[in-house]
Amino acid sequence: MTTPLLEVRGLKTVFHDLAGAWPAIDGVDLAIQPGEIVGLVGESGSGKSVTGFSLVQLIDPPGEVVAGDVLFKGEDLRQASEERLRSLRGDRIAMIFQDPLMTLNPVLSIGEQMSEAILEHRKCSRQEALTEAAKALSRVGIPSPETRLKQFPHEFSGGMRQRVAIATALLNAPDLIIADEPTTALDVTIQSQILFEVQKLSRETGTAVLWITHDLAVVAELADRVAVMYAGRIVETGTVDDVLSTPRHPYTLGLLGSSAATVAPGERLKQINGAAPSINARPSGCPFRTRCERALPVCAQIDPSPQARDDGHSYRCHNPVPEGIAP
Amino acid sequence: MSAYILQRLIQSVLVLLAVSIVVFLAVYGIGDPIELLVPPQVSAAERAAMIRRLGLDLPVWQQYLSFLGSALKGDLGTSFVHGVPAVELILARLPATFELVLLAMGLAAVIGVPLGLLAGLNPESRPSRAIMAGTILGFSLPSFWKGMMLILLFSVALGWLPTAGRGETVSILGFQTSLLTLNGLKHLTLPALNLAIPNMALMIRLVAAGTTEAMTQDYVKYARAKGVRRQRIVGRHVLRNILIPVVTVAGMEFGSLVAFSTITETVFAWPGMGKLLIDSIYHLDRPVVVAYVMLATLLFVVVNFLVDVLYAALDPRVKLTGEMA
Repeated sequence: MTTPLLEVRGLKTVFHDLAGAWPAIDGVDLAIQPGEIVGLVGESGSGKSVTGFSLVQLIDPPGEVVAGDVLFKGEDLRQASEERLRSLRGDRIAMIFQDPLMTLNPVLSIGEQMSEAILEHRKCSRQEALTEAAKALSRVGIPSPETRLKQFPHEFSGGMRQRVAIATALLNAPDLIIADEPTTALDVTIQSQILFEVQKLSRETGTAVLWITHDLAVVAELADRVAVMYAGRIVETGTVDDVLSTPRHPYTLGLLGSSAATVAPGERLKQINGAAPSINARPSGCPFRTRCERALPVCAQIDPSPQARDDGHSYRCHNPVPEGIAP
Repeated sequence: MSAYILQRLIQSVLVLLAVSIVVFLAVYGIGDPIELLVPPQVSAAERAAMIRRLGLDLPVWQQYLSFLGSALKGDLGTSFVHGVPAVELILARLPATFELVLLAMGLAAVIGVPLGLLAGLNPESRPSRAIMAGTILGFSLPSFWKGMMLILLFSVALGWLPTAGRGETVSILGFQTSLLTLNGLKHLTLPALNLAIPNMALMIRLVAAGTTEAMTQDYVKYARAKGVRRQRIVGRHVLRNILIPVVTVAGMEFGSLVAFSTITETVFAWPGMGKLLIDSIYHLDRPVVVAYVMLATLLFVVVNFLVDVLYAALDPRVKLTGEMA
């Protein structure tokens, strides 16, 4: 196995309030190989987005990254200076945000917002930067890019704006793109176009992608590997084929069961009972046990540690789903 | 765009018409100017002749209509006191007020915007709290008292700056200005500061509130994720967004300072329009007061139009179309 591009160990981010510090993520382990597409899946509130922002140290008070290592090409980003982080962000590690409506500055032209991502990282003329921005726009399928660069965000549709964000992320040929639910706000046809393009671009440029989503179908379509997140930690991880065809963690099984594609038409969707615990009310032991159909007495006492197989498929469960139970 | 301008033009005419009626009635209600204009020793016949000459014997609606008639021809009446056309009188005073207000608004913006940014970026810090507390003082101190305190401090106690008048002026394009002589600038400083302080406070509060809010926006976080430096995030992304309300308020304040810097001009004996207005009200110089208010209204109409144009330039989402206003 090659050295991972990004290796995360025991990452913990808390949010402070008057009553104390509540962990939004607690002990996240994650590795991403160069050029790999990893899907990070979980419900709302599971800590997916916090994980994404914690990786690039973009957690603002009252949040704080308190423990763990984030090794990017061997360099610990938690120890890096603010200026070093700034020079990595947008250059080696690019991000795409969830809401394309809110992330572009409404009063600056698309050209300015794209070219600044280049100009803040290397010396070149404004004109060269704009030319590269135009190239990036045509790469994500936006017609007449020169005209588009002079326009403002409100002149773009939601799907077009997200393409702009993707094009912006590609500008400096980063090693890693962290995409935080970038297709959630888009309709299904646009979504699959964008997934297809991201996959293609990742293959072409060798860029690794961490794709954060709540949608297993997206992961199945796009990713090489998947990490399933629950209550601030990764509960199961492995290749997409392994995890989706032989899920071992009851939560993963539950997620698969509640997806419409797995249920015959007319049949009720199987939902997971209850709701994800909020960060200040997580149960002792295994945080999933209160919603788990397979919970044992031991689950209330001991938090299961990850069990890894040789092929990299690992899960945190005392009573895993037997292999061969297809969802 | 042209539909928009036409619409604004019609609106402006209606506003001017409404203001003219209100002002005319109000000035008529203040009192009879003839008592002040005619010395007591003048004979009854001369007095009656004078009343007739000034048109004061006619009923108010006829006076108004004759005013309106000549106003449409560009004549807003002749001063009872000075015997020259009111507009001429006012416009002669305009450059003095204009330069005063220009300097005051310039000071307010140059000092207020950076301080507002500073206060907005770290709202919890000690300097920010001091700035915000200062703005409350800036708002609430009455202009006449603040003016006198400035004189007391800088003129009487320290002896740095003159107390009154306009000082040396030079002529530029036919206008007299104090902005270009050292002596003139010295005379300008205190009254301009007096006018600037409340506006500075206003700018600081506007910019600080806008900055604090803008810094939490997703576009700021996104810019950070792109690796944009903090100076650029604040100076371009944030500032560009908060300038929109700032320009609106600055425009309105500019108009109101030009028209009504009366108190400051009185305290500092600045020979501007505000001083003229207050003197004309004392002497019940009706034509000057009416003409003054009409010109002030016109000024507001023009400034508001310019603000709207500027708005469209600052905010790409704003288009000036006929349906807007």
